[in-house]
Amino acid sequence: MISMNETESIGGNKVPSSMAQVGISMKYTFLEYIRSRRFLIMLIITLIIAALLTIIVAWRRPAGFLVSNLGFYSSWWGLSVTFVIILAGIFFGGDAISGEFQNKTGYFGIPNPVRRSSIYIGKWLAAFLAATAIFVLYMVITIANGVYYSATIAGFGTGLPYQFGYSLLFAWIYLAAVMGLAFFFSSMFKSSSISILVTVILLLFGFTLIQELVSDLVGIEPWFILTYGAGIIGNILQSPYPPAKTVTTTPFGHGRTFTTTTFAASVPQGLAIIGIYFIVTTILGLLLFERKEFT
Amino acid sequence: MSLGDVPSIEAVKLTKQFGSFVAVSELNLKIEGAKCVGFLGPNGAGKTTTLKMLTDLIRPSSGEALINGINVHTNKKAALASVAAIIETPEIYPSLTPREALTMIAEYRGVPASEIKKRIEEAVTEVHMNEWIDKRVGKFSKGMKQRICIASAILSDPCILLLDEPTNGLDPRGMSEVREIVKSLKGKKRLVFMSSHLLSEVSEVCDEVAMIDHGKLIVYDTISNVTSKFSGGANMVEVELLRPINPQLVTQKIAKLSNVTSAEQTNDTNLRIRFSGGLDAQEGILSDLVKMNIGIISYRVAASELEDVYLNLIKETV
Repeated sequence: MISMNETESIGGNKVPSSMAQVGISMKYTFLEYIRSRRFLIMLIITLIIAALLTIIVAWRRPAGFLVSNLGFYSSWWGLSVTFVIILAGIFFGGDAISGEFQNKTGYFGIPNPVRRSSIYIGKWLAAFLAATAIFVLYMVITIANGVYYSATIAGFGTGLPYQFGYSLLFAWIYLAAVMGLAFFFSSMFKSSSISILVTVILLLFGFTLIQELVSDLVGIEPWFILTYGAGIIGNILQSPYPPAKTVTTTPFGHGRTFTTTTFAASVPQGLAIIGIYFIVTTILGLLLFERKEFT
Repeated sequence: MSLGDVPSIEAVKLTKQFGSFVAVSELNLKIEGAKCVGFLGPNGAGKTTTLKMLTDLIRPSSGEALINGINVHTNKKAALASVAAIIETPEIYPSLTPREALTMIAEYRGVPASEIKKRIEEAVTEVHMNEWIDKRVGKFSKGMKQRICIASAILSDPCILLLDEPTNGLDPRGMSEVREIVKSLKGKKRLVFMSSHLLSEVSEVCDEVAMIDHGKLIVYDTISNVTSKFSGGANMVEVELLRPINPQLVTQKIAKLSNVTSAEQTNDTNLRIRFSGGLDAQEGILSDLVKMNIGIISYRVAASELEDVYLNLIKETV
């Protein structure tokens, strides 16, 4: 048996540490992302959403948007940023791992002296970085609009409300959780289309549907739903912060009433939900990728 | 490992099951030293599965895959530190250029930063892809991508190469170039373990052959020994000559050389010689032929001979 230092190879090569290999994986995956058509498409979608909001607010001048500085960010950012985040998560994380199997790119990288965990974490960071670039673009457009209305409407308020800073932070953490979830499903399936489809269904429809069924109709707080936790991104921009539980009774004739219950996660609760989703899904995704076979 | 160490690949009771299907069954195989070993077997025999277990693309159900004595599954980084592998036909991220993709592999493998540029250019030159080095891979044909994969395998100067049908997807010129690369690696004291369906290719570049069928090893030996053991004790070599040979010389002199059992002329410049004995006999005949000054430009174990052996052995296991 040949004795061999773990990091030494032949011809003066010295295999880098796993941490350094994370950086290598991240660098080239990010390069691949920003040159890809998907980045361009995501950029265009973000610009379309921002342009539509810009045009509608400028043309229709809805009171909810323009009554105050905080109201503007609550209506604009609070309502739309989670959608942009989910799209970015799906675009960059939806097939990040399954694509390695389906497109056979894994056969190029995996049979090298590099741990799968280094590749996974590197790819995760690259996807998160690419999605963050989109997130920052959307943030800049939002602030640009806010600054414009702040300068043109009397009594609108000046500067950025401090709540917007919190909302930005919560949204960025939410992006990490969405990415973790996308990577989890991406590691679960070998087909890119199936992993993307499952992520889309769950993030765009599934979670919302379950949340509404559970809270509105059954009256149970949906603390186990990621999108419920993400409510803090918009809620923090409301003054006062929405109550934890709101029961609405609606009469609909003949003395009958219909009762719905709406819950709002507190900031610590929301952060806990988002944080747990991020940690659990990212780790589970990594474990799945470690065990997945290139058959 | 250092250049002085002997590279080795070992399968110890290596088994892989997919449900009830046993792809590789208690495979025991140890390959040591600088040489080229052909890995032969029909479709579904377990060749690619074995190579995948040797590169941690899949996990063994039981047994061990060892590279230089290190378990690939439990200590992949150390085991693959001096190994390069091309398994199936890898795809490269389409938006990267060959230079970027190869830099990524060089960085993973720890090629010194000061040498990366030079080594990439040398590797790309060797596979004749210089013109394409800064073009995006997404536009490349399958053969061009395979050339880049071969460049990725040689750029870190590995001591062991695991190649799964390396000429797959290449045009005849590309196939010939890959064979030359493999031959040159043998000259650099590297261990090459390659699966192939092309028996002529294995005959040309390999020293030894391992045959597998239904996940079990049938034979592992030198090509010469395998052909002599399994083809009635006679080996066959093909000789290519620079100029036409006098037929009388074939029947009266060559056919009567020591160990030669028969000699026939297949055309003006090609001979087929059957002989008994092993590598010593093969070397002796070559030496005698050279002394006859008949213009030998090629002397190799006949592919058809290996093919006969292969078909016989595989048939026996069906």
